Amino acid sequence: MSNSTLSASTVANAARRGSPLSRRLLIGFGWLFFTLFLLLPLLIVVSQGLKMGVGTFFDAILEPDALSALKLTIIAVVISVPLNVVFGVSAAWCVSKYSFRGKSILVTLIDLPFSVSPVIAGLVYVLMFGAQGFLGPWLQDHDIQIVFALPGIVLATIFVTVPFVARELIPLMQEQGTQEEEAARLLGANGWQMFWHVTVPNIKWGLIYGVVLCTARAMGEFGAVSVVSGHIRGVTNTLPLHVEILYNEYNHVAAFAVATLLLILALFILLLKQWSESRINRLRASAAEE
Amino acid sequence: MSLRRYALAALASAIFAGSAVAKDYELLNVSYDPTRELYQDYNAEFTNFWKASHPGDNVKIQQSHGGSGKQARGVIDGLRADVVTLALAGDIDEIAKLNKGSLPENWQTRLPDASTPYTSTIVFLVRKGNPKGIKDWADLTKDGVSVITPNPKTSGGARWNFLAAYAYGLKANGGDEEKAKQYLKTLFKHVPVLDTGARGSTITFVNNGQGDVLLAWENEAFLALKEDGGADKFDIVVPSLSILAEPPVAVVDKNADKKGNAEIAKAYLEHLYSPAGQEIAAKNFYRPRDEKVAAKYAAQFPKLELVTIDKDFGGWKTAQPKFFNDGGVFDQIYQAQ
Amino acid sequence: MSRRISPVIPGFGLTLGYTLVYLSLIVLIPLAAMFVHAAQLTWDQFWAIISAPRVLAALQLSFGTAFFAAIINGVIGTVLAWILVRYTFPGRKVIDAMIDLPFALPTAVAGIALTALYAPNGWIGQFAADLGFKIAYTPMGITLALTFVTLPFVVRTVQPVLADIPREIEEAAACLGAKPLQVFRYILVPALLPAWLTGFALAFARGVGEYGSVIFIAGNMPFKTEILPLLIMVKLDQYDYTGATAIGVMMLVVSFILLLVINLIQRRIEKP
Repeated sequence: MSNSTLSASTVANAARRGSPLSRRLLIGFGWLFFTLFLLLPLLIVVSQGLKMGVGTFFDAILEPDALSALKLTIIAVVISVPLNVVFGVSAAWCVSKYSFRGKSILVTLIDLPFSVSPVIAGLVYVLMFGAQGFLGPWLQDHDIQIVFALPGIVLATIFVTVPFVARELIPLMQEQGTQEEEAARLLGANGWQMFWHVTVPNIKWGLIYGVVLCTARAMGEFGAVSVVSGHIRGVTNTLPLHVEILYNEYNHVAAFAVATLLLILALFILLLKQWSESRINRLRASAAEE
Repeated sequence: MSLRRYALAALASAIFAGSAVAKDYELLNVSYDPTRELYQDYNAEFTNFWKASHPGDNVKIQQSHGGSGKQARGVIDGLRADVVTLALAGDIDEIAKLNKGSLPENWQTRLPDASTPYTSTIVFLVRKGNPKGIKDWADLTKDGVSVITPNPKTSGGARWNFLAAYAYGLKANGGDEEKAKQYLKTLFKHVPVLDTGARGSTITFVNNGQGDVLLAWENEAFLALKEDGGADKFDIVVPSLSILAEPPVAVVDKNADKKGNAEIAKAYLEHLYSPAGQEIAAKNFYRPRDEKVAAKYAAQFPKLELVTIDKDFGGWKTAQPKFFNDGGVFDQIYQAQ
Repeated sequence: MSRRISPVIPGFGLTLGYTLVYLSLIVLIPLAAMFVHAAQLTWDQFWAIISAPRVLAALQLSFGTAFFAAIINGVIGTVLAWILVRYTFPGRKVIDAMIDLPFALPTAVAGIALTALYAPNGWIGQFAADLGFKIAYTPMGITLALTFVTLPFVVRTVQPVLADIPREIEEAAACLGAKPLQVFRYILVPALLPAWLTGFALAFARGVGEYGSVIFIAGNMPFKTEILPLLIMVKLDQYDYTGATAIGVMMLVVSFILLLVINLIQRRIEKP
């Protein structure tokens, strides 16, 4: 494995040294890969979605079931993202400002949802809250429904997006250290004042970046939500599930139209991310100059 | 304040509604993959039928579709289905067994025809003009023929496919079980893709151009012909022998009672047996039980020799463990490869 | 105890407590529920389930394809990070913005789109079919889908570190007579390795568990193209909850160990 990286980067190194040919080769290689792997899948989604014209496209995304799926997706995002933001800030705070025993394990646990299969993420909630689950009988007695309803969908969405904000903030806050906060304290600020007036402005752009990634992922989650959704048309289908349903109904144009809608939302979010990222870089650059 | 307004509104509506108590119903039908189109039509018919005798009621029927096993599992885990309309009786048996008190073990005796208002069978869908010359089960194991079927572990339709092929294997070999297994083993060597559901397989065959022949529900095959341009691309081949596929329906009492839907859920399933319901089934390519409707659509459904799950395989309670559970015939076929 | 609380920064108890409670409620207790469910099995039964030939075949396939995909991304991701950081060229910003797309695109959409591209009658698949090989419905198709889904990990972990390495160091080394290979070996590799490893491990772990994008393109044949998450689904659809949780537990333990090792390596490298 190191061999292949080695050769690739050696070429890159030589390229930088002014061999325009290999530099072009590398950039060409990057473009080729980008086109084959990212651009073509996008193009196929959009071209299939628009195949029957713009009218059909809008019919598909304005149809009541699609709108209710959009609504459900937005509700899930609006609930899960703020919760993960509070968690992310709190986790990043204790991980980056203090050192304590077991920190590696804590960081690993924060990362864990990244690598847990979405299928398992959904399954664990069914095992907890399903009719045959640990809390199932109690929930049924009290007529509370969690899986196959909104709460289950929200929980599954939260699970898969837990690490995003924390992951984004931890390196940033570690880099920033604790001096500014300590200074604020010594000048008489209380804890909250210090947090709002020193910490938040410092981590603002990193926070936005994390929120954006978290939102994008929450919007697009398929596997985990699919396990806990119940697939009731117009009630518990999120947009990604609605795409699958349309695809399975021979309604390819509509499936790709809704997929295009998701794609546009994703691209919009990535643009937001790019913008916040350039702000971070500018801030870093100006900090470096000081 | 809002409370007072609410009380006034309630009072007003009580006065205007008079003595007839109008009700709002939300009925959830949890079904399997290929019935989407059928129930779309039927739900409209049933809503009209119900409103004719219950003016003022609001009926909203919600649908959930997916692989039959997955849908049954959803109901076991607490999906609040009022009625289930699944691909095979074995899946509803599991609901009765694993979700205690949801419906009685003898659910199948509560409606006529062992609770299967419509039937279907397994046929072959081939590419236009049948270039590989496929006429019967024996042709599926010829060199160069590739067969698409879903995974019997996850798909109800695939289990019917599997048993139909097995029945042919038995018949062709004078009832020799080992030889029938051998036939299936060879057959599955010709399968390049095993989708998790019947609809997935159809899409693999129709849209992604995989395989020479699709083993499909008859209704699914007809539907593929009906889809835009399908009739120019595919032909249906009816084999010499197949299986009578009996997709059953049942009220899930626990959920229907809780939601106050017991009466309408029962009517929903019973109306499937009415001439109007049977007509809709036939129009959606399911074989109707009603003899008059069946006679009307006789030309659509070719006659062929059909084995049945109860007579030839001892019912799902025997067939499921023998063929499809861990270590069953399906596993033996794959284990040995 | 190495616990050290900064004397003036408040909130250690509050944030650690909240973090632990939240993690427990959302992640740990539900995961523990799976362990409890699997604990109904004896050790022998558990072993029999996860060492069944079909499970082992799926295990090999899932880990193998995820490993290959992570390797491919390890190489291509590094190249992409390199050209994004070191060169300016037309379209750089477009590539940079869209690298994260696989995170944002629903995996089912990715699966459908990739199948449409690489199926034997797809835009690209037909050329492969002419050359006599298949991409979709083979392990190659699975690797491809996983490469797509895990693409951002390596790029996004290597990119910032690469941007932080002052070019002067490399140039100084070159002036002092170091050959490109030596610059690479002694300057770039040590600096990039921790980030690269993290990206690699995250891509690998994510790839092992990926479901939505893979099932459309995999073919799902037992022993050939059946991945572990699908096997969990298959077991569930057969009402075999304990079997499903046994496989789930095994996957979870493997990914936890993998992540822990990576975090430890990173700490080791950070604090020599």
